[in-house]
Amino acid sequence: MTSPPPGRTDPRTGSRAGLRTGSRTGLRARGDRRHRVRGGAPLPLLLPALVALAFLVLPLVALLVRAPWRSMPDLLTSAEVWQALRLSLVCATAATAVSLVLGVPLAWLLARVEFPGRGLVRALVTLPLVLPPVVGGVALLMALGRNGVVGQWLDSWFGITLPFTMTGVVIAETFVAMPFLVISVEGTLRAADRRYEEAATTLGASRFTAFRRVTLPLIAPGIAAGAVLAWARALGEFGATITFAGNFPGRTQTMPLAVYLALQNDPETAIALGLVLLAVSIAVLAGLRDRWMTAS
Amino acid sequence: MNDAGKSTRNRAGAPAPTGEGLDARLVVERGAFRLDVALTAAPGDVVALLGPNGAGKTTALRALAGLVPLTDGHLRLDGAELDRTPPESRPVGVVFQDYLLFPHLSALDNVAFGPRCHGATKAEARAQAAAWLERMGLTDHAGAKPRRLSGGQAQRVALARALATHPRLLLLDEPLAALDARTRLDVRAQLRHHLAEFEAVAVLVTHDPLDAMVLADRLVVVENGRAVQEGTPSDIARRPRTDYIAHLVGLNLYRGRAEGHTVHVDGGASITTSEDLTGPVFVAFPPGAVTLHRDRPTGSSARNLWRCEVTGLETHGDQIRTALTGDLPLAADLTTVAAAELGLRPGATVWATVKAAQTHAYPA
Repeated sequence: MTSPPPGRTDPRTGSRAGLRTGSRTGLRARGDRRHRVRGGAPLPLLLPALVALAFLVLPLVALLVRAPWRSMPDLLTSAEVWQALRLSLVCATAATAVSLVLGVPLAWLLARVEFPGRGLVRALVTLPLVLPPVVGGVALLMALGRNGVVGQWLDSWFGITLPFTMTGVVIAETFVAMPFLVISVEGTLRAADRRYEEAATTLGASRFTAFRRVTLPLIAPGIAAGAVLAWARALGEFGATITFAGNFPGRTQTMPLAVYLALQNDPETAIALGLVLLAVSIAVLAGLRDRWMTAS
Repeated sequence: MNDAGKSTRNRAGAPAPTGEGLDARLVVERGAFRLDVALTAAPGDVVALLGPNGAGKTTALRALAGLVPLTDGHLRLDGAELDRTPPESRPVGVVFQDYLLFPHLSALDNVAFGPRCHGATKAEARAQAAAWLERMGLTDHAGAKPRRLSGGQAQRVALARALATHPRLLLLDEPLAALDARTRLDVRAQLRHHLAEFEAVAVLVTHDPLDAMVLADRLVVVENGRAVQEGTPSDIARRPRTDYIAHLVGLNLYRGRAEGHTVHVDGGASITTSEDLTGPVFVAFPPGAVTLHRDRPTGSSARNLWRCEVTGLETHGDQIRTALTGDLPLAADLTTVAAAELGLRPGATVWATVKAAQTHAYPA
């Protein structure tokens, strides 16, 4: 409800103005009630919603409030921070690349090929999504550790040791992040119109050519969204990484590990590192929204 | 259409003795539905599969393209067995119902896709595609993405894309269904022109009798997975054998037994015809041949007279089409003035007369 237009209200005719205001207030009250019944949010929903919003936003605001803005330049230019940030970006990107190369074909298999036990395979793919990452790390050690099921052969035959190396970081991050990509791409593939592939085969394209030249471009937005999800998940990965790859600065200490460690003895650095990760997350979100969410 | 094309067409129905053309019996079973249609066509023929939705026309087309496997039957094209050939290896081009132009490729690259898959270099494929687009009068739209094309343009790009692989069998699935009425007229004429130039077999699927009759040399009417009638458009229009076709071409159709000039219709009534036949027959006459009277006519020379009840009225062009039940269920066309003078309304009783000379009886 707007205030009465100027020129209509005359301060000298107080009684009339007052009368008018009174009637207006009455109207407003009635109008509000009607509004609430029709389209507004009822209180039992609105209140928890606002609490939830505050709960999600408040910690981030607190991070900004308590940030040591003055000493920030010094903190962020330290070698450890850059080392950790670079390692994080490199490993998360590598994990995303591995997820793309292996995950997109897996998604295609799940979406397009009928085979016995497909439901089970899909469940297995989804498992790392719900598995506590630390458990994932332990499982990776049991598989690829020096005495692991596969790791012992890698060690004795090729002299390859994966745990507590940078490759180990990539493996841990891939283990946790790939399911996001697979699920996202599989969903896109299922939603995609298969008849385009049929049209391609009637034009002489083999199934792989049809996939490469028709399906892949059509589902590119879904792949990109899945890749961003996987990348963000890999960047924030903590549990599996620290379990499988350890926490060696410069080699396996990624940003989340650095944040956690810094919090023990140097909270200001932890906040500064946290802000960097927050900035990266916001950048990812913005990129996702502008490029893919609106496009799809 | 050139003379050579015409002479091939005159052999419509019988494949050339050399084994050229299409010779197929398509059997596809899917749950309770069974498609069983035999199709033969000589190079240059345009065959239309005409039928209601769900009759199995599109399934037949997909079986020809190799997109659904045959349960039984055979498929030979120019003498080569194709039943086990995967779709990408069949010399078959398809124009899909909503065209399915690849949205991420320009019109040119859509057309170049086929030649590229058949081993042409990128430059060759694009040159061929450009030539096809020129033939379709689409040179100006070569760079356009499909979403920028009008329905008629998209249809021509789809046709060019299908023809660019030089198929020996061209399949068109409801080629005009996605177009609005005005575009449809133009595109139908153009499509007829392109199909006439096409030297191999073309099979199109449609539920629109006008499309089928304009575009095809021969119609195969498919109902419930079976071919119920086959012939030239004029033959089918004159001698429909099912209610579906009779309704499509706007004829009253009855099945009965003829004894001389009298046909005893399955429902009980009898129709006097000009033809002298014996045995099972069809009788057909157009709704325009029916004259309606409010009272029983006395001086009418018409040999057929039935008492009927009006069940429905609808405008049909500049006429009123009246649906009638009674001795014989039938449709009658009359002018708006006549309908008003007769006081036609659902439930009214009228007398219908049809002259024997306007009926057409033929063996069933």
